[in-house]
Amino acid sequence: MELLEMQHVKKEFNGLKVLKDISLSVSKGEVVSIIGPSGSGKSTLLRCATMLEKMDGGSLTYMGESACWEEGDKCVYASKAKLKEIHKCFGLVFQNFNLFPHYSVMKNITDALISVDKISKKEAEERALVLLAKLGLSDKKDAYPCQLSGGQQQRVSIARALAKQPQILFFDEPTSALDPELTAEVLKVIKELAKEHMTMIIVTHEMQFAKEVSDRIIFMEHGVIQAQGSPEELFDMKNERLKEFMGHLSGNL
Amino acid sequence: MSIQMMLLQLGKGMLVSVEIFALTLLFSLPLGLFVSFGRMSKNGIVRGLTKAYISLMRGTPLMLQLLIIYFGPSLLFKIRTGTEYRFVAVIIAFSINYAAYFAEIYRSGIESMPIGQYEAAKVLGYSKAQTFVKIILPQVIKRILPSVTNEIITLVKDTSLAFAIAQAEMFTIAKQIAAAQTTIMPLMIAGVFYYVFNFIVALVMERVEKALSYYR
Ligand SMILES: Nc1ncnc2c1ncn2[C@@H]1O[C@H](COP(=O)(O)OP(=O)(O)O)[C@@H](O)[C@H]1O
Ligand SMILES: [Mg+2]
Repeated sequence: MELLEMQHVKKEFNGLKVLKDISLSVSKGEVVSIIGPSGSGKSTLLRCATMLEKMDGGSLTYMGESACWEEGDKCVYASKAKLKEIHKCFGLVFQNFNLFPHYSVMKNITDALISVDKISKKEAEERALVLLAKLGLSDKKDAYPCQLSGGQQQRVSIARALAKQPQILFFDEPTSALDPELTAEVLKVIKELAKEHMTMIIVTHEMQFAKEVSDRIIFMEHGVIQAQGSPEELFDMKNERLKEFMGHLSGNL
Repeated sequence: MSIQMMLLQLGKGMLVSVEIFALTLLFSLPLGLFVSFGRMSKNGIVRGLTKAYISLMRGTPLMLQLLIIYFGPSLLFKIRTGTEYRFVAVIIAFSINYAAYFAEIYRSGIESMPIGQYEAAKVLGYSKAQTFVKIILPQVIKRILPSVTNEIITLVKDTSLAFAIAQAEMFTIAKQIAAAQTTIMPLMIAGVFYYVFNFIVALVMERVEKALSYYR
């Protein structure tokens, strides 16, 4: 069964069509990267998938459970209770971390577990300690976000997302706010998750990383999927737009 | 009048001033939060009404509002108000006036919060109420503390406006004694009182700011 299934997703902002009929399904253990020029709708796609944005058309299904479907020419969302269940399926890592600045690292990770998922404080903290050790942040558990480097903050936000034990994890340009030297430490963490077959959808501009880590790469432009395939397939493709985009990227390096 | 007698009377006045101050904060701080919700409401009618309320409270003198609230019931509706009403009127007038100022401060703080905080909370599954109470409000309080301190310092001095309806607080009493005894001393003592009061307020608020400075 597919973990995530998006069918014919459409989204517009004040008449500007940002997503034009996008379909995407992701199965368990798959790592999918999304590349494409800025403004092509990559963030909007993740925001529709994580329900931060309401879709205008199409359907959204997690593990066979419908979160949203089309009725007439409108999108209808499932009941509040159902959506709450579905929310447990996924996590999202933001470009600019969005940690809670007034909470310590430990509390950033455990608070949602305790006050949303009703897990005991003891168990939540045990879970957090395991994750912090794994991400090399054991000595930072009592620090506040403002005392951490960008790379450390992003690793904490990954830990915060992982602590909820999601089935699928979304990343929206997780290293774009970081200096090159800090980028590597975050990419390393994501690569390790890929080795453990964590299901992930990653929007990124790091081509080398995408090549290495992905089972499938999706190239988006102007709100449509222009091309997709395994890294080998994609980089051999004769797609003009894709070549132009790649050329543009390497020109920037 | 002996010095002791004078000090005793001024002391009583001081106590009333402190009471007005404390009760006004007690009521206006939470009330202001609800008014700010109204001001930011999606419902246009609610928003318009709160906007008008805030504009009225901020656009007319507090002393006038105090007089209207004190004399209004008897002059407009022929309701007989007892002597206890004097103090009640002071607290009502001050609370609804200060709530309007605090509401605008809360609003500016809430609107200055980055949208990412709401989004992170939503993805983690926090309810709207949890998001506000646990994530947004604590950060808003830190952000608005300097403006709140300013308002509180103004409130200390504004308590003297209660003299307009002859409420026996510090200023009213000091003025009475000064006139009756032809001495400036009670007014000087009143001045020292307000100054020391504000000094303490500033000290306390500084402490609070420091306590919240563990994060940025
Ligand atoms: N909330 C919004 N309101 C209006 N326009 C938006 C909004 N979010 C995104 N857009 C527009 O949608 C387009 C796609 O944006 P986005 O999904 O962020 O692209 P990407 O992540 O690929 O850079 C852009 O033209 C952007 O200006
Ligand atoms: Mg983006």
